Amino acid sequence: MFELPSGAEIQGIIASIQGSVGFFIPEIYLSALFMLLIIVDLVAKGRKNNLLAITTLLGLAGSTIFIYQQHALPAGEFFFGMYVLDEFALFFKYFFVLSAIVAVVVTMADEQFDREVKSMGEYYALIVAMVIGMIMMASSADLLMIFLSMELVSFTGYILAGYFKRNPRSSEAALKYLVYGAVSSGLMVYGFSLIYGITAQTNIIKIGLELAAHGSDSLVMILATLLVLAGFGYKIGAVPFHFWSPDVYEGSPTPITAYLSVASKAAGFALLMRFFYVSIPHGGLPPEDKLGMDWLSLLMILSVASMIYGNVVALWQKNVKRLLAYSSIAHAGYLLLGILVMDQFGTQATLFYLLSYFLMNFGAFYVVILISNKTGSENLDDYRGLGKKMPLAGAALTVFLISLVGLPPTVGFIGKLMIFSALLTKGSLYIWIALVGIMTSVISLYYYMLIPLNMYLRESKQSDEQSMNLGMAPQIILAVLMILTLYFGLFFTPLSDFAKYSSAIFGITLQ
Amino acid sequence: MEQLTTIGLNHYLTISAILLGLGLFAVMTRKNAIVVLMGVELILNAANINFLAFSKYNGGMEGVMFALFIIVIAAAEAAIALAIVINIFKIFKSVDVSSIDSMKE
Repeated sequence: MFELPSGAEIQGIIASIQGSVGFFIPEIYLSALFMLLIIVDLVAKGRKNNLLAITTLLGLAGSTIFIYQQHALPAGEFFFGMYVLDEFALFFKYFFVLSAIVAVVVTMADEQFDREVKSMGEYYALIVAMVIGMIMMASSADLLMIFLSMELVSFTGYILAGYFKRNPRSSEAALKYLVYGAVSSGLMVYGFSLIYGITAQTNIIKIGLELAAHGSDSLVMILATLLVLAGFGYKIGAVPFHFWSPDVYEGSPTPITAYLSVASKAAGFALLMRFFYVSIPHGGLPPEDKLGMDWLSLLMILSVASMIYGNVVALWQKNVKRLLAYSSIAHAGYLLLGILVMDQFGTQATLFYLLSYFLMNFGAFYVVILISNKTGSENLDDYRGLGKKMPLAGAALTVFLISLVGLPPTVGFIGKLMIFSALLTKGSLYIWIALVGIMTSVISLYYYMLIPLNMYLRESKQSDEQSMNLGMAPQIILAVLMILTLYFGLFFTPLSDFAKYSSAIFGITLQ
Repeated sequence: MEQLTTIGLNHYLTISAILLGLGLFAVMTRKNAIVVLMGVELILNAANINFLAFSKYNGGMEGVMFALFIIVIAAAEAAIALAIVINIFKIFKSVDVSSIDSMKE
């Protein structure tokens, strides 16, 4: 049935792979960094110093040079259509490397690591491995690559979530992340097999062409879509695939919580957008195109359910990490709104929102870490009176939370504004959805503002009034994040231009 | 009658659908973490059968490649999963998924 290729064909395949390697340099560099970190760990014999962290930081910073060089390369597919390079992929490459850098910085500040684990061992290497996986997720153009890269991210995520292996909560988080992750990726693969059965293709562009040319049975397609969405929805943490996220976010080491909630979620969105925009026919098709509508209405349900569920359930949370977990479910809903629009402005708004989410969410988790270093608690009640004891952390947390609500003059406001205005250009149904988004943002004001309320207006139970010193470096980083959140809320043009530049997927500009 | 005597694509798809159903059933009803993971293996193998069947009847190699990668990934996943489950057993003295629930509001 399958014939062996001739010598000339094999030569051609080798030449094609060699030609493709030039487009793969950042990934190769990061893989080398991953191995270097393991060797450094072996040489340093797990001693508790910052050598590993600093090597990681320098290595990740170095990778941005290679990513920057890729701007000069022409956009296109390589490795036989497995992998693509375009502005959209480049955006996410920067995004993931930067979030890994921030995750490492946040880890260095977290004193819980000193108490829980003897050595940092493979921790930083796993963070780098996760960056590689996420970069590949954003650049995959083939069902096989999508599956492999997603599993790379998931596996490293399982281990990192359970990194405090003697801590019951961390181990429980790892177990839950694993069980839900394994099931949803299994379902996703089953969905992929159905899509492969319908189209006989695994490349998402060819799938799109095939579906546009021949159409498909809508029942099978909707089933395949649902199964694939189980995998993607798990990564982005949208209702109804969110069950893992509150427990995993609460139990994991806080830097990993921040990293998962920002980078892993963004990777899920990158994948969702690429898969959704490219493989599903759109544009030039008549509006009665059933297939496209099915996808869109599924995503609409997901988005509205996530916004309502995340924001309403967060009202009762007493643990700040858990509260932020529910808020991240709600933010997945807002981000889905931008994808629903299905045009260039919508993509730009989504990318911008991801950038703003990066700043405000990492900032909020950073403050949570600094506070738990001093008080050993993440409970809302223990935040009482902290505004006076650590003024900078209190002010910064307030700014980040205002930004998460979406109030001016912060970057979160601009993000929400862009998403809602993209929705409003699209007609009546979308206006209702935008209304749901605005109403749920109002709900979120209540639970976000509970934290500053406790910090500033309620007295702490112990009446000791000595201030807590956070140390020089954390204060500088905190101030930088806070100023950036405010600065980009006022002067957002560079960010939104970058998001616009990056919204080209395969050179297809959505109309 | 021909449906019964010659094996066609439908037979493979039926088997894989049944496997998927059994896998989902195991995941949803069983409490032992290891049995849940066995259910996941069933789901992955259901996808494998689909890929191989479609590959045979489409005449392409992609499905076979995909199935090979799924087998490798399943092995890697089992390794990580068992490590986590062993660690859970050390701490909780149980691998019952429903009893390991210390974080609730």
